[in-house]
Amino acid sequence: MARGNWQVEHLLRRAGFGPTADDLDRFEDAPVSIVVDFLVEYQRQPDDVDSKIGQSAYVGITTRGEFSPNTRIDDARQRWLFRMVHTQRPLQEKMALFWHNHFATAYSKLAGTVGALPATKMLALKAGELPGPQGQLELFRQYALGNFRSLLVEVARDPAMVVWLDGRTNARARPQENFGREIMELFTFGLGNYTEQDVYAAARVFTGWNLRNPQRLRNTDPNAYWEFFYNANQHETSAKTFTFPIYRDGTRTIPARSAADGMQDGIDFITALATHPETARRLARKLWGFFVSELEAPDPAFVEAVATEYLMNNTEMKPVVRFILRSPWFLDPARWHARYSWPVEFVIRAIREVGWNGLSIDAARTPLLNMGQSLFEPPDVAGWSLGRDWFSTGAVLARMNFASTLAANQRFNLGRASAFARQSPDDLLASFMERLSPAPYDTAPYHELLTYLQSGAAWPLSDSQLTAKAAGLAKLIVGSSEYQFI
Amino acid sequence: MKVTRREFIRDGVAAFTVSFAAPAFLADIARAQGALSRSLVVVYLGGGNDALSTVVPYQDAFYYSRRPAIAIPAGQVLQIGSDSSGKALGLHPRLGGLRTIFNEGRLAIVQRTGYANSSRSHFQGTDIWGTADPNAPTGLGWLGRYLDTLPSPVDPLIAWNTMRETPRALVARNVAVPAIPNAQTYSLSSPNGAAEALNERNAATGMSAHLPADRPHLSFVNGSIRAALSTLDRVSSVNTYAPSVAYPNNGFALALRTVAASMVRGIGTRVYWVQTGGYDTHSNQGNAGGGAYANLMGTFGDSLFAFYSDLRNQGLLNDTLILQFSEFGRRISENGSAGTDHGAGGVMMAIGGTARGGIFGTAASLDPGNPTLENSGADVRYETDFRAVYARVLDGWLGADSVAILGGNFRANAPAII
Repeated sequence: MARGNWQVEHLLRRAGFGPTADDLDRFEDAPVSIVVDFLVEYQRQPDDVDSKIGQSAYVGITTRGEFSPNTRIDDARQRWLFRMVHTQRPLQEKMALFWHNHFATAYSKLAGTVGALPATKMLALKAGELPGPQGQLELFRQYALGNFRSLLVEVARDPAMVVWLDGRTNARARPQENFGREIMELFTFGLGNYTEQDVYAAARVFTGWNLRNPQRLRNTDPNAYWEFFYNANQHETSAKTFTFPIYRDGTRTIPARSAADGMQDGIDFITALATHPETARRLARKLWGFFVSELEAPDPAFVEAVATEYLMNNTEMKPVVRFILRSPWFLDPARWHARYSWPVEFVIRAIREVGWNGLSIDAARTPLLNMGQSLFEPPDVAGWSLGRDWFSTGAVLARMNFASTLAANQRFNLGRASAFARQSPDDLLASFMERLSPAPYDTAPYHELLTYLQSGAAWPLSDSQLTAKAAGLAKLIVGSSEYQFI
Repeated sequence: MKVTRREFIRDGVAAFTVSFAAPAFLADIARAQGALSRSLVVVYLGGGNDALSTVVPYQDAFYYSRRPAIAIPAGQVLQIGSDSSGKALGLHPRLGGLRTIFNEGRLAIVQRTGYANSSRSHFQGTDIWGTADPNAPTGLGWLGRYLDTLPSPVDPLIAWNTMRETPRALVARNVAVPAIPNAQTYSLSSPNGAAEALNERNAATGMSAHLPADRPHLSFVNGSIRAALSTLDRVSSVNTYAPSVAYPNNGFALALRTVAASMVRGIGTRVYWVQTGGYDTHSNQGNAGGGAYANLMGTFGDSLFAFYSDLRNQGLLNDTLILQFSEFGRRISENGSAGTDHGAGGVMMAIGGTARGGIFGTAASLDPGNPTLENSGADVRYETDFRAVYARVLDGWLGADSVAILGGNFRANAPAII
């Protein structure tokens, strides 16, 4: 294992969850273009990560009875975290996380509406493992780098979304505005591009986009599910006029249609939103923050270039993300460690670097809650507050305490792995700098770490002192501000 | 490519190293800044509270005709009299505790609060209530700006946010308001025994004292770490608190209980932020007989009443002001999902031992052409600028200069809630 291919490490931190020791070896001399291909063309690697759950070489899971990731939300969380640790397709899981934040849907409201079991299926069912449509997460994985317009159509008819934003009861007589508003404010072009009258018209567009429970099973039956249902009887058929163009010829009105054909209203509307230049720019700004930097505002030239790429490619995301990862904006060394890690990214990277042998991924679940990011439970439809907002005092304590939990769990592994460096504090610290990937330390905090290693220890370290200092050092580094950036 | 540790450290960077104040010294600051003086507890109802279901105009025929499925029957409201325009009003039937507080003269209700051209967006609306500037929903919060006026050094526990994320209102330039959702988990753990744990804590403290000028993002995170480490010991003192009343078992009540504990322990906090969500009732809002909104009111009212009773028993009521708001009111007419969509004017409440109870402002008339409405009669038009309420709290409770903090004079129309 050796660090040194910095550009590739940057790529794997940002477009994945950070390189493991094996990844560092594998990509030691790889050029950026090869690694971008590895990430973007992820379909070349098998999607076999779930088959490794429960095997000894991988991070563990904690079961309460049978492991039921399709029907029990805590197990769904474990499965997703497991995937992020061990996937061969890191960018696919990373984009799934991006879309989960973009189309933020929370389990608690779903469970309160349809029951815990169907709610978990709505979010996490892997196609074919039980009856019913695939869960929202699987949709995000399927469309991770797919076509945004198509994804938006699928999201609009996704059962979890139809419950979350109340489309299931959107009816002709008095349309209900929740989804119609948020698809414009949050999912596409954003505030400033529409009026309240547009919200009312959008609500009418989606009348009749409801749900049904075809078999009417009890909501504790694993076979129970809900599916999207276009309820023509509840569709409001009159024309809908907007303040922005709906069709390529500039027409702003969706024509009156028969109820039977009325679902086309929504398709037309979604297509207009997805292909609107301001949607392209808003996605570009969001991708800047996700991939390039949170320390600088989006470069207008980047926004225009990415928006153009998106529109030229008919809203396909793969060429857009490939363009970003190969762009000078992304590859500029000033952008290394320029993004505040999300709690999930922090946890997964720490596990991949510190180690997982003997760890259950379940140990991350409650800490993630305390750090402010429980998967499938974003605070609201706008998703999580990113950047600095992750770093309240309570949240930094939770990060430091997870570092401690992980270090305690891995103390013997760490001690054995650093036995070669037990001669001096300098050697031990250097060995941890090879293992972990904090942003560069300034001299002062680096000397704090050396002082820590010297305090109360006789060098070379005894076995027990080595175990203690290795764990303490891992905790301090992973819990330091320098480690919170990717 | 062999890499040495030299590549991991950087030399010669301009940086500040802050010294750490000892806990005893911090307690002194806390006392100097008023550990025994007044507290403000801000309660935010997240999602846009349906004010017309909280304070019900139960004699307005349009209230019933526009809300056939969700109106609260006149016979079930908790009557609180009439406002200055003669509108008869009643609290939601699940707000029994608040009616008691009202009858004790310690609940002020400010009707139709808001601002011109109210944002119907949750996120922009919440930000506007946070910055107290409808034209600038980003930047520092109104309470943050107040905290920034306090003399330095400011006690890191001067404010206490019970949520994980820092709300816009508490964003300050010079103060990192601690986020302490649960005092039980607000502690630092170690993989090692006590002696080594102390070494680790000393190292973490030293590392977080480093504020590199060229990496303000690192300095920011170090500031949070420092604020956490310097408040841990005092926060842990609230864990042993035994309240004088039983609190309901929900997150909102737990947060209020923690606030009461912190006040009783006298740890120096002056501003608390508490919040409860679920108010975005687009569907199945229910009516007095039950349903989502009744549950929300039960959580809100019962928890607040327990808090009020606890503070009264602890002799802290006169030093406490509770201020409640939400980002907007909701549409007057119900939608086809038996819920309500985003609207405009809302309701604020203030509770405290020295609050001047009563009904402030006038209720809207819900007939669609009435000038108390807007948006073609769809929404309630604001009457009292929310910043006037803020001004009253800043001037009259916190002893601050509201004109400087709010960037304008809103005193003229401020309701005399304290």
